[in-house]
Amino acid sequence: MKSIAPILTVLAAMVALWYAAVAPMNIRVALDSAERAGETVTPATPLARQEVSVWRLMAQNPGQIAEGYALDRPRLPTPAQVGQELWKTTGDMALDGRAFSKRSLIYHGWITLKSTFWGFLLGTAVGLAGAVAIVYWRVVDMSLMPWAIISQTVPIVALAPMIIVLSSQIGIEGRDLPKAIISAYLCYFPVLVGMVKGLRSPTASQLDLLETYNASGAQAFWKLRLPASIPYLFTSLKIGIAAALVGTIVGELPTGAISGLGARILIGDQFGTPLAIWAALFAAAILAGGLVTLLDLLQRMTLRRMGMGAGA
Amino acid sequence: MSSVISAKGLDLTFQTNDGPVHALKGVDLEIGKGEFVSFIGPSGCGKTTFLRCIAALETPTGGALTVNGMSPDAARRARAYGYVFQAAGLYPWRTIARNIALPLEIMGYSRAEQDERIARVLDLVDLSGFGKKYPWQLSGGMQQRASIARALAFDADILLMDEPFGALDEIVRDHLNEQLLALWARTEKTIGFVTHSIPEAVYLSTKIVVMSPRPGRITDVIESTLPKKRPLEIRDTPEFLAIAHRVREGLRAGHAYDE
Repeated sequence: MKSIAPILTVLAAMVALWYAAVAPMNIRVALDSAERAGETVTPATPLARQEVSVWRLMAQNPGQIAEGYALDRPRLPTPAQVGQELWKTTGDMALDGRAFSKRSLIYHGWITLKSTFWGFLLGTAVGLAGAVAIVYWRVVDMSLMPWAIISQTVPIVALAPMIIVLSSQIGIEGRDLPKAIISAYLCYFPVLVGMVKGLRSPTASQLDLLETYNASGAQAFWKLRLPASIPYLFTSLKIGIAAALVGTIVGELPTGAISGLGARILIGDQFGTPLAIWAALFAAAILAGGLVTLLDLLQRMTLRRMGMGAGA
Repeated sequence: MSSVISAKGLDLTFQTNDGPVHALKGVDLEIGKGEFVSFIGPSGCGKTTFLRCIAALETPTGGALTVNGMSPDAARRARAYGYVFQAAGLYPWRTIARNIALPLEIMGYSRAEQDERIARVLDLVDLSGFGKKYPWQLSGGMQQRASIARALAFDADILLMDEPFGALDEIVRDHLNEQLLALWARTEKTIGFVTHSIPEAVYLSTKIVVMSPRPGRITDVIESTLPKKRPLEIRDTPEFLAIAHRVREGLRAGHAYDE
């Protein structure tokens, strides 16, 4: 628990920076609404204010700075506003028994989580299979690896709509499968790269040793290569699940989806409700943090069971 | 006495980008049953390569080599030898006992027989009571003893050791050398032992093979006149020093054209 002080210090610094940024970010909106309410502001019109930097606006209208912290539709909401919105759309609704109402982030988070899970499963399976093939067949190593790398250079936002269109062409109903494919597309790569490294981690003399026992290829895989790759696997899975979540959210953005955190972000943008966007953003971050923590616990438990927890 | 390992005119040439490298050239050697043979020489003299040829981890490009009267590969498949590498190479996810069980699992021994053999070889290397420990809980010397136990767990008559104590400090090394001699006396294995250390080679061996590089070849084979029972103090006797002197001369002769 010695690390708690530095963690809190960094957190406090981030929150302080955020609060400080709210004033310049929101001063224009604050002055606009003050003007509408009949207050005197300098310069007097929105058009004239366009020409003036936010710093001068703050200097000339010190009275309105505070209003920037209590806007309905701020450019940058305060942490407290985001927290309130998050609570309003999650805990508060759950207390009302409306946890799975269409307006609740729990519902949208659940939709995203489900897709992430399927994408993660698919991506991990593809990544594992690819890694085994690459390690065991030189031809696959030389032919598959370049494509795997190229696949990650294509922006996923460009690819996502095409995956939706193509999968509807072959008669796939609904968005679950295309979303899982988009998610898996981002997720398989870290698993593939990590597991190639992991499966290749045994030293030449460790492999020679098995050769002296006249061990079969399958025995070498199950007894040496696979267990040796487990620490690499978990590191890959942690990156992979975060990538799968990003993939799912991206998959929910351009596809006309109406549920999921990605859809909430898009709708928030279209209806000009920044608080909804920020709340969805934080919900996604909390979800990602939770998933990675879960895998981290699983890693610790597994490695301890394998005897590699304390020393190695 | 029949030969366990027999090499006649053995060549091994590696093709590299800088042209052929003669790792071994015209190597003739007979190793009898129960002998303790050390291979000594500078880097690149082919001592490890020769050991790896015996183990069928390398394939000679010329000459004849038999192990237990068969080809090295057949001997490997018949599990004729145990091999000890410089790095103990224990699996960190297995306990010492399960590490020793590794070859037994691969060779299909029953669980009961595995346990019986593990207990026996752990005792042989003085590690009884450490079976349930993980490798990181043991010192470097103990880890290397565990790796020797692993090589002894199945009944190979030949033990091939490639600088097994090279990474250990001298005090631990002395201790392990003593233990290795005791173990050799008890098990009557045929041992091939690669080393950089003259005292180690003289102390342990019944036969010392001095090698030199470019091309890798044997320059001298010394039959030790030391008794089979050797306390550590034997290293101060004139007899010991005479053999060590001859080894040193052999090494120097092999290097003559180098300078």
